[in-house]
Amino acid sequence: MAKTPVRFTLNDAEAALFVDEGANLIDVLRRGAGDLSPKQGCAQGTCGACTVLIDGQPHLACLTLAETVEGRRIDTTGGLAGGPQLHPLQTAFMEEFAAQCGFCTSGMLMAAKALLDRQPSPSRDEVAEAISGNLCRCTGYEPIIDAVMRASQRMRGAA
Amino acid sequence: MTSIEFRKDLFADERDDTLKEIGQPTIRQDILGHVTGRTPYYDDHLFDGLLHMRAVRSPHHHARIRSIDTREAERMPGVRRVATARDVPNNLNTLLSLINFGKDDEPLCAHDKVRYKGETVAWVIADTERLAREAVAQVRVDYEVLPHVLDPEEALKPGAPVVNEVYPNNSFDYHERYDHQKLRFGDVNAAFARADHIVEAEYQMSPIEQAPIETCGAIAAPEQNDRYVCYTNTQALFFSLGTTAKLLDIPSSRLHFIGGTAGGGFGGKVDSIVEPTAVLGAILTGRPVRFAWDREEEMQVGAPRGAERWRLKDGVMADGRIVAREFTGFFDSGAYTRLSSYAIVKGTGHLPGPYFIPNVAANVYCCVTNRTPATAMRGFGITAVDFAIECQMDRVAEAVGMDPIELRILNAYRDGDMKAHRRKAKNTALIECCQVAAGKAQWPLSGEAMAQSSLTGGGTPERVAIPETVTDDEGRIGERRAGRTASTAPSRNGRGRVPSGQHGATIVAAPPQNPDMQIEADRIGHRMGSETPPSAMGPASGAAQPSAPYRPASQTGGSIVPPRPTPPPAAPPPAAPSVPPSAPPPASPSYGTQPPSAPPPAATPGAPHDAPYQRPAAPEPEPYRPDKPFSRGTRRPGSSPFLSGTRRR
Amino acid sequence: MTIHKGRGFACINYPIGMNLGGDPSQALVHSTPDGKFMVALSAIDLGQGMKSVSRQIAAETLGVPIEDVYVDTADSDTGPHDMGSFASRGTHRVGNAVIRASAEARRQMLEAAAEEMEVDAGDLTTDGKGNIHVKGAPGRAITVAETAIAAQFKQGRTLSGRGIFLIPPSSADPETGEMTPVTCFAHAALIIDLEVDDETGEVEVKEINSAYEVGRALNPKLVEQQLIGGAWMGVSHTLYETTEPYYPDRRHGATDFNHYLMPGPAQVVPHHIAVLERPAEDAPFGGKGPGEMCANPVLPGIANAIYDAIGLRCDTLPITPEKILRGLREMGGARPPARSRGRAA
Repeated sequence: MAKTPVRFTLNDAEAALFVDEGANLIDVLRRGAGDLSPKQGCAQGTCGACTVLIDGQPHLACLTLAETVEGRRIDTTGGLAGGPQLHPLQTAFMEEFAAQCGFCTSGMLMAAKALLDRQPSPSRDEVAEAISGNLCRCTGYEPIIDAVMRASQRMRGAA
Repeated sequence: MTSIEFRKDLFADERDDTLKEIGQPTIRQDILGHVTGRTPYYDDHLFDGLLHMRAVRSPHHHARIRSIDTREAERMPGVRRVATARDVPNNLNTLLSLINFGKDDEPLCAHDKVRYKGETVAWVIADTERLAREAVAQVRVDYEVLPHVLDPEEALKPGAPVVNEVYPNNSFDYHERYDHQKLRFGDVNAAFARADHIVEAEYQMSPIEQAPIETCGAIAAPEQNDRYVCYTNTQALFFSLGTTAKLLDIPSSRLHFIGGTAGGGFGGKVDSIVEPTAVLGAILTGRPVRFAWDREEEMQVGAPRGAERWRLKDGVMADGRIVAREFTGFFDSGAYTRLSSYAIVKGTGHLPGPYFIPNVAANVYCCVTNRTPATAMRGFGITAVDFAIECQMDRVAEAVGMDPIELRILNAYRDGDMKAHRRKAKNTALIECCQVAAGKAQWPLSGEAMAQSSLTGGGTPERVAIPETVTDDEGRIGERRAGRTASTAPSRNGRGRVPSGQHGATIVAAPPQNPDMQIEADRIGHRMGSETPPSAMGPASGAAQPSAPYRPASQTGGSIVPPRPTPPPAAPPPAAPSVPPSAPPPASPSYGTQPPSAPPPAATPGAPHDAPYQRPAAPEPEPYRPDKPFSRGTRRPGSSPFLSGTRRR
Repeated sequence: MTIHKGRGFACINYPIGMNLGGDPSQALVHSTPDGKFMVALSAIDLGQGMKSVSRQIAAETLGVPIEDVYVDTADSDTGPHDMGSFASRGTHRVGNAVIRASAEARRQMLEAAAEEMEVDAGDLTTDGKGNIHVKGAPGRAITVAETAIAAQFKQGRTLSGRGIFLIPPSSADPETGEMTPVTCFAHAALIIDLEVDDETGEVEVKEINSAYEVGRALNPKLVEQQLIGGAWMGVSHTLYETTEPYYPDRRHGATDFNHYLMPGPAQVVPHHIAVLERPAEDAPFGGKGPGEMCANPVLPGIANAIYDAIGLRCDTLPITPEKILRGLREMGGARPPARSRGRAA
């Protein structure tokens, strides 16, 4: 099968891979690049567990062709901390008990990060809308909204 | 938004709240992994040369398989192996065989017949998931479509298509005697006759999906030392390991199962289908193999919570006391029984709900139909019947013109009350929950309702008595299908009598095998009582004087907005032992070890039994043992004996 | 054209553990060379917090700080047998096994310390901060770490324990259904406030007020997680979820999340929870396990509230707008019951 070379930035590191034609981004990230943080829940674009940021915008990796990320920047939850310190969103999720089984958490964090990067002071409704593409079966969503609000306060220096 | 309060004032005298780690809101051990994406789910293990396995599935509810033609699929690019039922060494099982309950009724892969839409008829193992899907589409199966049955009550009728020859009556066989599980306590028909109101209704729950965000899946690979490793998200590691060992006829010591973290389960990851399938793939190819359900399979092929239908009939007095309750319940188990046979017994033990009702009868059926088999889901065996019971309680409240919460409190069970399965209630708290919930919602209750307590008023002679009970032997296995029994409800004409006061021994936990294995009584944080011996069937020890029977002040709903409930009067605590008593060894539990000294009472019409009531012994459950002694395992032609599939991470 | 308000009540109890027993759980606890403790299990964490609760139970029983305890699960080579995480058995069965294993390890730890300090083991206690000291004399102390080193490198003792918890299997009587179903029950009661739109048939749950009795809240935040998430699932179960909307007809079954509906983050219902604790005598520190029963009372609570709102009995789940509209049409319109329930007169 023909393979296409694709180069992209993955969480501050350069990645260069040969991908099968028609391969989707989640398979390439997980099995190709070895970043297991995005999760596959449906492969149909309905659950959001595979949410990654492409040039800062949330995308569903299961519906993104790997070949289309040539030259782009991809952020995943695996690189969210970026060092020994956790990102305020991660700390807030831990303190608010915003994860139980944890399977939706990677995607939630990416959706939340994209929101806070463009809207540092969201209302609860704006948070709900930003994560409305990410299904969670365990928490009932409220602890997640609480965590994003708390993180936004911290990041603004307000709390 | 959401708020939570801990009502430490209630039952405070039964607790020591000064423990060190218990009661602390400690951050979860695993949440750091969740927020950094490092938590390893089964699929977060990379293997070089991983193969992908997908199933060919039946499009029909019920059909005979005339032939399966896999030649086209085998030729397709990237296809490593196509497998069918012939490749499964021991292709018949039921999950609960591991605890010796039920008969083996389900193949891992269909061979002569398919019994539900979506059942597996073959597998393809290929280099990529896409190639596997394309090859699956090229497998040709010649089906002879058969009539199917989808309604659980229709399935029980004479002439219904037989779904599974192991249960030719389309129902699970209980105790090798009846096609349902019975519950009989007292005489519901006599109580109905003297009741002021009869309230009857039917309730139906459709199947629902556990829908965890992570679907069921497993990756199996040959490991060093001639074993197979299997990464899985099962909810029951050893259940899956044991099921795999049995289906694939491989000693359990050659299986190494790794799991412990599931992306949600809710009961949907207990069926142990993906593990034997993945391990079979690894055995057949000598490579790492991934087998997982996609979302569509998780929705319609993965077992749901089964549909249930319940009919309830209550006999109620004008003052709101429920004096009789009768249940007829149908669990739609689908094509294979899996865990449903057990759910019926669990549900039966739950009846009639957390209420003191002196006459109870139930017939509960595990029905086999041509649909996706059902399995556990959060609340298994209980959710649907609780829906029925609580909607029914509201109907009863309306029939007698009483406030719904006051009705619950009036009928609530209390410490020491006898339950329909002939065990005394203890550690109850229904009344307090009703009072506290009403307080939070500003739902007015009468002062009398607010004064009730789980600790008082229960276990009085009339509430602890086991009444003389009417029994019947309707619904013996096979009678229904032969047309000799039409009604599924508990019999109106029971001729058997079990004398009042008959009960068996309560089963308690096995004591610690070593005295060092007990925590000191002053560190456990609560009183460690001992089980009230069954011979002392008096009121619960420590209860205060039973209060006057509760009658609500007014039946049109009081106007008092309840104050915060005052804590119930403290029952005098028994002397705290310095070392917790070990639970008394179960004195030959009444089930399973004693052969009957008299034959079970035959139901001769009209003759009350004078022989003492004997429960016939159920066979003592055998621990699961693989049939064959440990061996070095099977060599299959074509499978590589060499280690392959190096794990990268 | 009207929004009808309704209020409904439901209460339940829930059996904790596998009906009729026969479901063992085992635990193994051992000390590292310097007095940290590992708990080996085969129990599964589905998100309910099995690992975390086991850790707290082990730390409490051992008498050491929780930072010095780690739970490892599940590997069939190293973890002892456990039946699995279902039937609300995890906290109760696994918790009890962990207590037994930890108690045995603690006993050895105290004996080792007693030998080092030349006192009787019965005179020693732990402070939960990493020290073992004579009862009533905290100054006469030795650390857990020193004890572990002395035990393993000088005295030749292990600091380890094993535990199993089993309710022996029994069965139900075929004629009467007599059985010992489980040893303890959790309880719940709740009140649903909702609105029904009689033009669209949609139901919106506005508020839940509840009381849950859980034996003991071993970790109050984990209990809260379960109760909030479970109530959410109960609302979803009652109003949205089905794999066969026209059961027993299998057609139009959902195959993906576009058709399998669940409430989203914009539909969070304010839920005011009260937690009651009446320890069960044979449960680990009395804790019963709230994970399953938290959804159950929501289903009839909603059905009863819908009846209060529009006078329609919805006895078939899920209660979809279609069923509400068909019912309203049959009744000739909403007919809320005359007597208002649950409101101050």
